[in-house]
Amino acid sequence: MNLTLHVWRQDGPDRAGRFETYHAKDISEHASFLELLDLVNEDLTRSGGEPIAFEHDCREGICGSCGMMINGVPHGPRSMVATCQLHMRSFRDGDDIWIEPWRATAFPVIRDLVVDRSALDRLIQAGGFISVRTGSAPDANAIPIPKDDADQAMDGAQCIGCGACVAACPNASAMLFMSAKVGHLGLLPQGQPERYTRVLDMVARHDAEGFGTCTNHGACQEACPKGISVDFIARLNRDVLAGSWKAATVEAS
Amino acid sequence: MRRVVTLYRSSVGKKILMAVTGFMWLGFLLGHMVGNLKAFQGAPMFDEYAHHLRVLGEPILPRTGFLWAFRAVMSTAFVAHLLLAWQTSRQSRAARQSGYRKREDLNFTFASRWMRWGGVFILIFVVFHVLHMTTGQLHPDFVEGGAYHNLVTGLGSPVVAALYALAMLVVALHLHHGVWSMFQTLGANHPKYATLRRPLSTIVAIAIFLGFVSIPVAVLAGVVS
Amino acid sequence: MKLDPKIPTGPIEKKWDKHRFDMKLVNPANKRRYEVIVVGTGLAGASAAATMGELGYRVKVFTFHDSPRRAHSIAAQGGINAAKNYQGDGDSIFRLFYDTVKGGDFRSREANVYRLAELSVNIIDQAVAQGVPFAREYGGLLANRSFGGAQVSRTFYARGQTGQQLLLGCYQALERQVAAGTVQMYARHEMLDVVVVDGVARGIITRDLVNGRVESHAAHAVVLATGGYSNVFFLSTNAKGCNVTATWRAAKKGAGFANPCFTQIHPTCIPPAGEYQSKLTLMSESLRNDGRIWVPSMAGDTRPASEIGEDERDYYLERIYPSFGNLSPRDISSRRAKEMVDSGHGVGPLSNGVYLDFKHAIERLGRDVISDRYGNLFEMYEKITGEDPYQVPMRIYPAPHYTMGGLWVDYNLQTTVPGLFAIGEANFSDHGANRLGASALMQGLADGYFVIPLTIGNYLAAVPRQSVDTTHAAFGDAERDVTARNARLLEARGKKTVDAFHIELGRLMWDRCGMERDAEGLRGALDAIPELRERFWSEVCVPGVGETLNQSLEKAGRVADFLEFAEVMCYDALARDESCGAHYRSEHTTPDGEAKRDDEHFAFVSVWEFQGVGESPTLHREPLLFENVQLSTRSYK
Repeated sequence: MNLTLHVWRQDGPDRAGRFETYHAKDISEHASFLELLDLVNEDLTRSGGEPIAFEHDCREGICGSCGMMINGVPHGPRSMVATCQLHMRSFRDGDDIWIEPWRATAFPVIRDLVVDRSALDRLIQAGGFISVRTGSAPDANAIPIPKDDADQAMDGAQCIGCGACVAACPNASAMLFMSAKVGHLGLLPQGQPERYTRVLDMVARHDAEGFGTCTNHGACQEACPKGISVDFIARLNRDVLAGSWKAATVEAS
Repeated sequence: MRRVVTLYRSSVGKKILMAVTGFMWLGFLLGHMVGNLKAFQGAPMFDEYAHHLRVLGEPILPRTGFLWAFRAVMSTAFVAHLLLAWQTSRQSRAARQSGYRKREDLNFTFASRWMRWGGVFILIFVVFHVLHMTTGQLHPDFVEGGAYHNLVTGLGSPVVAALYALAMLVVALHLHHGVWSMFQTLGANHPKYATLRRPLSTIVAIAIFLGFVSIPVAVLAGVVS
Repeated sequence: MKLDPKIPTGPIEKKWDKHRFDMKLVNPANKRRYEVIVVGTGLAGASAAATMGELGYRVKVFTFHDSPRRAHSIAAQGGINAAKNYQGDGDSIFRLFYDTVKGGDFRSREANVYRLAELSVNIIDQAVAQGVPFAREYGGLLANRSFGGAQVSRTFYARGQTGQQLLLGCYQALERQVAAGTVQMYARHEMLDVVVVDGVARGIITRDLVNGRVESHAAHAVVLATGGYSNVFFLSTNAKGCNVTATWRAAKKGAGFANPCFTQIHPTCIPPAGEYQSKLTLMSESLRNDGRIWVPSMAGDTRPASEIGEDERDYYLERIYPSFGNLSPRDISSRRAKEMVDSGHGVGPLSNGVYLDFKHAIERLGRDVISDRYGNLFEMYEKITGEDPYQVPMRIYPAPHYTMGGLWVDYNLQTTVPGLFAIGEANFSDHGANRLGASALMQGLADGYFVIPLTIGNYLAAVPRQSVDTTHAAFGDAERDVTARNARLLEARGKKTVDAFHIELGRLMWDRCGMERDAEGLRGALDAIPELRERFWSEVCVPGVGETLNQSLEKAGRVADFLEFAEVMCYDALARDESCGAHYRSEHTTPDGEAKRDDEHFAFVSVWEFQGVGESPTLHREPLLFENVQLSTRSYK
C-alpha cells in the first residue's frame, strides 16, 4: 500500500516544529506502524536526511515506550493496542496519516515525536509504592487476599505508563495513570497503611507537574492500550475525599 | 472548614467541592421545579406557595429570614461552583499550551464538550431570571407579591418563553454530563449500581427540562393564564 | 587472568549462611560515604539500586531509557519460580537446585545455583509485600502453575505479565529511594565505558542521550545490570534497545566474558512476516500444553492448513518423542522446527514456520476452555498476524530469546576486575548451558535484592572510605576514547544504514552460530565478521550530529560493539567441541540425533580475555565440580 505521512519534526526542545510530508510506497499490510516508520527512516538516511526520532523498545506492547498521536488518536485507530502493535492493515491504501507527539505541558517535546514523560516517574516518587524494607517481608501466604481484590488490583497494575491517557485528555490530565496506581495499591491489604497519604501526595505532585484537571470525559479510557477503566478515577476521588477528611482531623488534633 | 480548605488545595478536591455545590443546585432545581408545577393548580395555590416561602420559619425566624439565608447559601454555592470551574479550567488550559493539528474527540458527548460555555450561559440566564422574576426590573408588568400574575405575564411573550426554553435546554445538557460527573467525582461507583449512573443523569436532565419547559408552554397555550 | 570463584567451604546448604557470617560489614554510619554506580534498571539493576540505597549507600543509577520502568524485564510473560512448595507436591530448595543444574546441562556452578534456589522463597515474600498482584486462588492464597516441563507447580504468575509486575515492584521501590534522596537517577544516559584505575573499577563514562554530552562518573564500585545480547542476531524477542555495549566495553577493560556461545532459542515465536521485520514476538510456551505441532508431510506443500488432511500431516514431535511430544524441551523442539523448515516443510507465506494447532483441543475441551486458558495470547497473535487462531492454526518458529553467557563472576558476583560487579542476565552465573522457563526473573531478583547488597559490602569494607572523583587521567582518557569513537561513526558518511549492517551480522550469526553450529561454519563466520566490521566502519551512514538526541548514533555504537563481540561468540562456540544445553554442535550427536555432552573434556566455564579488536581472545577455564548433583544424560524419548 502507498501512504502519505505528515510527521511533526522538531529539532530540539527549544526549536520550532513543523509538519513534513513523506510518501511511503509499497508498504506491506502486515508491517507494524513502527516498521513503517523504520522504512521511512531507512529511506531518509540513505537520501541524506535525518531519520524521524520516535521512542520504541519492546515492540510487543508492554514497555510503554512508544506512543504517538496518529490521525488524532493516541496509538492510532485500533483500540486496546500500543503503537507498536498497530499494523498497517488498519489503514487503507492511499490514506493520509497525521503523526504528532503527545502534547502536554508536563510532556515537553525533546525531538520530533519523542517527549519527556519523567513527570510520570515523579508521580510514582510522590507515593506510588508500598514502603517495605528488602528482606523484612512476612511469608507471602501470611495474608490471604480475596481473588477478586487481587484481580482488580491487577487491572490497575497493568498500566504501561505510555502517557496515552494524558495525550487523549482534553485537559492533559494524568488522572487515569495516577488512579491506576492508587487503585492497584489501595485494593491490597499491604497498601492500606499508606493509602491516604499516598493519594494526597500524588495528587499534589500531579498538580505541581502541570497536568490538568479531570472533567470526566472518559477519553483516557478509550485511548488506554490496556483498557484501564475510569472507575479507578472514581476510586481515587473517594480516597481523596476520605484522605482529606482524615488529614484535616489529624491536623486539628 | 479546615476540611474544605484541605480539599480546596488539590485539583481533585476542587472537583469534589464542585460536585457538592453542583449537587446543592440540583436539589434546588428539583424543588424549584416542583414549586413551579403548582402553577397548574391555579393562581390561589401558586400565590399561597410563594407567600409561604417568605414566612417559612416564622415566628422563630423573622419574616423572609429563611428565604434570605437560603438565598445566601445558594448564592455562595453558585459563586463557589463558578470560581472552582474557572480555576480548574485555567489549570487545564495551561496543561496543554500547544494543541494538536488533528484530533479526534474520543468518547466526548455533546454535553461534556459544552460544560464550560454552557456554564457561562447559565450564569447570564440566572442574572436575567432574577431581574425578571424576582426583582422585576426586566419584567414588563411586575407586581410585588403577585407571583402567579408575574409568571403569566412574564412568560406571555413568545420570545421570552423561547429564551426560557433554550436556557432549560442548556441546563439539561449541563446536568446530563454534570450528574454523571458528580457521581464519578464523589467516587460513587458501587459495582452494583455504577451502570445506573449514566441513565440516571439522562433521566434527571430530561425531567428538569420537561418540568420547567411545561410552564412557558402552558402559558403560551393558554392552559395557565 | 586469575579465576577464583571464591566458593565458600562447607556443605552446600550452609555455604551462603556461612558466607554471610564471614563477610565483612560496613558500619551503618559509614555506608553513606560509599558511592555505588548501578547501570541498568531491569529486575536486577532496579532491585539492587533500591536495596543498596535503602541500606544507606549513595547510589547512582543509569538507564538509556526515558524511565527505569521500560527495561526489558518488563516483557517476561510466564512467571517466576520459587521453591515455596505451597502446592505440597514435593518441591523443595534442593529440588529446584537440582532441576536448575540438570536443566543447565551441568555447565553451571553448584554453589551459586543452590543459593539461587534458597533465595527464591524470599523473592516471593518481598514481591507480595510490595504489592505485586500475583494470581490467587479463591481462598485468597497464591496460585501456582507448572511451567516449562517442570514436574512440580512452583511458578508464580501475574496473568501473562509477571515480568511487568515484578519490574514495577522494583521500579516503585527504586522511585521511593529516589524520593528519599539515597538514589540519584540518570535516565536517558547510556554507559559507554568502564573506567579502571590501577586495576580497580572506579567509574563509568556515559553519554547524555538528550544533549550528547559525554560525562564521567566516579564511584567506589560499579555494578552492571545491563542484560543479555540476543540482539547480536538482529531478530530476537529482545527489545530493540537491548545490547552488549556495557558488558562488552567492560570485557575490553579486562573483565572475562564467560560462555558467550550459550544463547537460548525460544521455540514458540511468531515467524517474520517480511524483510522489514524489526523484531520477533514470543508466544508463551504454555500454548504447547494444548496445541499440537505439525507440518505438511509433503515438502513444498503450499495448500492452506484446512485442505491438508490428517493423513498428510506430520506431527513430528509426537512422532519422534512419544512420551514428551509437544512438550519436549525448548532446544529440542527448536531444532526440530528448524529441521522441518530447512527441509522444505515450512508453512506460511514465507514457508518459515510450523503449525501450532488448537483444532483438536477446541474439539476436545470446547472453545470456552481454550479461550479461558489462552484467550489473551490468541488475541495477541491475532493483533500481530491478522489471523484468528480459533479458525486457522498458529504459525510458530524459534527465535533467540535469552543469553546464559555473560561476564564471568565469582560467588560474590564480582567480575575479574575488582570493584566491577555483574548481576542478572549480564552475568553468566546460574543457568549453565540452558535456562529453565521462569528462572530468569528469579535470578535477576535474587542477585539484585539479596546477593549484591551484601557482597558489595564485603568488598567496600576493604576499600578506603575517602571520596572518589573523576580527576584521575583514566577518566579523561576514557572520555576522549568515547568521544573519538562517536566522531568516527559520524564521519563515516557511507551509503549503508546501521540496520543494514546489523541485519547482515544477524543473518550470519543465526546461520553459523545459532541453533546449530559446526566447526566449518564457525570458522567461516570468524573470517566473515572482521570483513563485515571493516565495511561497517567505512560504509556506514550515521546522519545528524553528536550534540542532540541522535538515535542513529546510539544504534551505530551498539552495532559496532556487536560486530566485535560476535567474534568471541564464535570463538567460544568453536572451542566448545561438544554439544550441551542450548549449544548444539552438529558434530556431537548421539545416534538418535540428540546433543552429546563431553564431561571429561568440557566440564568447565569458558572465560575469554580480550586481547584487542581483531585479535583472538585468550581462553581461561574455571573447572566445574559436581558434588551434589550426579552428572547424567537427559532423555526425553
